[in-house]
Amino acid sequence: MRERVAIDLAHLPLHGRSTASPTWWGTLAFMLLEGSGFALAIAVYLYLLSNAPEWPIGAPAPDLGPGIALTALLLASLVPNHLVARWAAKDDIRRTRIGLLVMCALGVAPCILRIFEFRALNVSWDDNAYGSILWLLLGLHTTHLLTDLGDTIVLTALMFTRHGRNRRRFGDVEDNAVYWDFVVLAWLPIFACIYGVPRL
Amino acid sequence: MSAPAILPGELDRGAERAILHRQLERTWATPAGFWGALTTVDHKTIGLRYIVTAFGFLALGGVLALAMRWQLARPESRVLSADLYNQAFTVHGANMMFLFAVPVMEAMAVYLVPLMIGTRNIAFPRLNAFSYWIYLFGGILLWAAFALQIGPDVGWFAYVPLSGPQYSSGKRADIWAQMITFTEIAALAIAVEIVVTVFKQRAPGMSLDRIPLFVWGALVTSFLVMLAMPAIMIASTSLILDRLVGTHFFNPTEGGDVLLWQHLFWFFGHPEVYIIFLPATGMVSSMLPTFARRPVFGYLPLVLSIVAIGILSFGLWVHHMFTTGLPRLGESFFTASSMAIAVPAGVQIFCWLATLWDGRPVWRTPLLFIAAFIVTFVLGGLTGVMVASVPLDLQVHDTYFVVAHFHYVLIGGAVFPLLGAIYYWYPKMTGRMLSERLGRWVVGLIFVGFHLTFFPMHFLGLQGMPRRVYTYQPEMGWGAANLFVSLSSILLAAGFALFFLDVIRSARRGPVAGDNPWDASTLEWATTSPPPPYNFARIPVVTSANPLWSEREALPVVTGLRVDRREIVISSVSDATPQARESSPRDSIWPLVTAVAASVMLIASIFTPWAVVWGAIPVAAALIGWFWPKGLPEDEA
Repeated sequence: MRERVAIDLAHLPLHGRSTASPTWWGTLAFMLLEGSGFALAIAVYLYLLSNAPEWPIGAPAPDLGPGIALTALLLASLVPNHLVARWAAKDDIRRTRIGLLVMCALGVAPCILRIFEFRALNVSWDDNAYGSILWLLLGLHTTHLLTDLGDTIVLTALMFTRHGRNRRRFGDVEDNAVYWDFVVLAWLPIFACIYGVPRL
Repeated sequence: MSAPAILPGELDRGAERAILHRQLERTWATPAGFWGALTTVDHKTIGLRYIVTAFGFLALGGVLALAMRWQLARPESRVLSADLYNQAFTVHGANMMFLFAVPVMEAMAVYLVPLMIGTRNIAFPRLNAFSYWIYLFGGILLWAAFALQIGPDVGWFAYVPLSGPQYSSGKRADIWAQMITFTEIAALAIAVEIVVTVFKQRAPGMSLDRIPLFVWGALVTSFLVMLAMPAIMIASTSLILDRLVGTHFFNPTEGGDVLLWQHLFWFFGHPEVYIIFLPATGMVSSMLPTFARRPVFGYLPLVLSIVAIGILSFGLWVHHMFTTGLPRLGESFFTASSMAIAVPAGVQIFCWLATLWDGRPVWRTPLLFIAAFIVTFVLGGLTGVMVASVPLDLQVHDTYFVVAHFHYVLIGGAVFPLLGAIYYWYPKMTGRMLSERLGRWVVGLIFVGFHLTFFPMHFLGLQGMPRRVYTYQPEMGWGAANLFVSLSSILLAAGFALFFLDVIRSARRGPVAGDNPWDASTLEWATTSPPPPYNFARIPVVTSANPLWSEREALPVVTGLRVDRREIVISSVSDATPQARESSPRDSIWPLVTAVAASVMLIASIFTPWAVVWGAIPVAAALIGWFWPKGLPEDEA
């Protein structure tokens, strides 16, 4: 059909940041669907609990040490995480690179603590349904830790290449920081379930 | 004639129309040939591929249905063995829900949404390509298993304990569970794409109250997918874990619970019905104004109904579990919400009737399908209100009454609008019209065949015939009705056969359609049929809810976009004010490589949990290949 030019958009930027970026919204959408998965896993935990005559079933409550250490570490990691996001928003390549290296280290450390955490559960996945849901919750969150760690390592490597000095890549760093916030915050209700509820 | 060279950063401003088209063609087109077919990220190619594949699965599932009807036509028949019959109804149901109904609705959205909102490709086009491949591999997994006589045999909802380690040895139930994983990954990927496309890629001026109703349906459906489908992934993963590594989620002797399965399954399963139904109502709302020759009556109530149905759909799941002995008060709540959802559904029907009432209806095939839909869906809705009542449900649960009810709502409520939508949008997709004469036969055969097949099932159910029995004794007195149903199903199948014939024949021989053969009002009709790889040479500017009717002189459009890279317009969520000129990714082989690696991991993990560990390595490598920048103009910012 016939057309008439109504507006000229040549003045617009070649890439949108934050809420003007599809990747930002995509990250949010993935957080929503993964958050829905976490919520349902917690619902399964509470459902099994409501059916059980005793909770925990046939095992002492999990030892607190590794869990608390990991939680403290995750919460502490939010500070550098936000600094990296801020530096990336300012397109500061030097500080972004340093911050990402720190975030890689802060991604590896919880994975190591997580090994001890599995041992501290005091129950195996095949002992009973209580053990099964504990391992599922912890496994689900560990998957998120590992995928975000992998993502951060690749992004860090990328920022050290010629592709790093690019507003698009700084936007990726910001989105990655948002996702790490999600991984940390999603842990808190799971932590409360695994360690808090059996002690109520 | 070759296109003139494109300069880096060149804009679309000055070029003549013909030159602009050639420049955009060079930037956006997928190369012809095998490699191009594997690497394309064009939403139209992928959408069409998805639609054709889903209809292929529909045909396969239909053949199974006919085989089952052949077996049930006479008492004590020996056409199918009990074991084969169990596989047949399981694969039929799982195939129709997971490989046909949900994917075909999402596929229609993949094809249509970017065109209807005036953009050049879907958001995350490579994820879109990945989604198709993973869906295809999941479908092949199910059907290959069936062909090898290891098809799942536990029903499409795979209740434990039947599907658990104690009663289902072998890998049949695992194949069902992992097929779920494949199709859910595919569906979740599309849901994310649709949400972001609708939120951020709408043509300038397409504020929330100007979004086509099909797009509203696709948007709300995508949220349903994101909130409901994780439930089935948790369920199917737990089932595989129970079967493979000895967890006890569903084992009552070790603190597990069999009803947990039903809760998880139906927390997904009931929204699933609306995941299929909402896009169908969106199709009806978008097609109806074209044939009523007036804008849709009650745009706002229609949008609110779609949203209300989406929300209420999460409050219904327990009505599938009325016979499990849950607390009476809880059941009453679910009865109330199951009846409440009839209100927004009714609002929609009144709006459609009002649109027709005040319009000058043109009775072409799509409108005939809409009429067939309204009649059939109202009947299915009425039996829905009946089974929402606990005392009645207790009587007819697991009988042919329920089989009749859900075929009425699923075929009447979703497949009829879908077939109408194929007749309506086929000219846009292929550039050719389907046959109006054959179309009328298709509507007639399918409508009459459907009712003759499924209406008597209500009576069979009331007479006590249970679903999922491979045969029955002559003295039950169900023989005559079953024979009638089976003979009628041939009529229904003939209607579908004629439909497929028309679709295949018209692709080559149908009359040429032109840009807007129905004189419709939405943006997909502003471009050529089929659309060019870039959809619109210039992105439209939207000034009303029916842009092609209100801008008959000339469509207002945007200029100032680059032609040397794939560029789209990003706009704000509520009022669609332009915010950025964003790039859209080029073709890539990595989505296919990732899908192959993920499929190997998922299938191997049916046999050993360690597959998740070693299988993750190639998946990660493929993802790095996917996301690593290639230094193209699309990477500029």
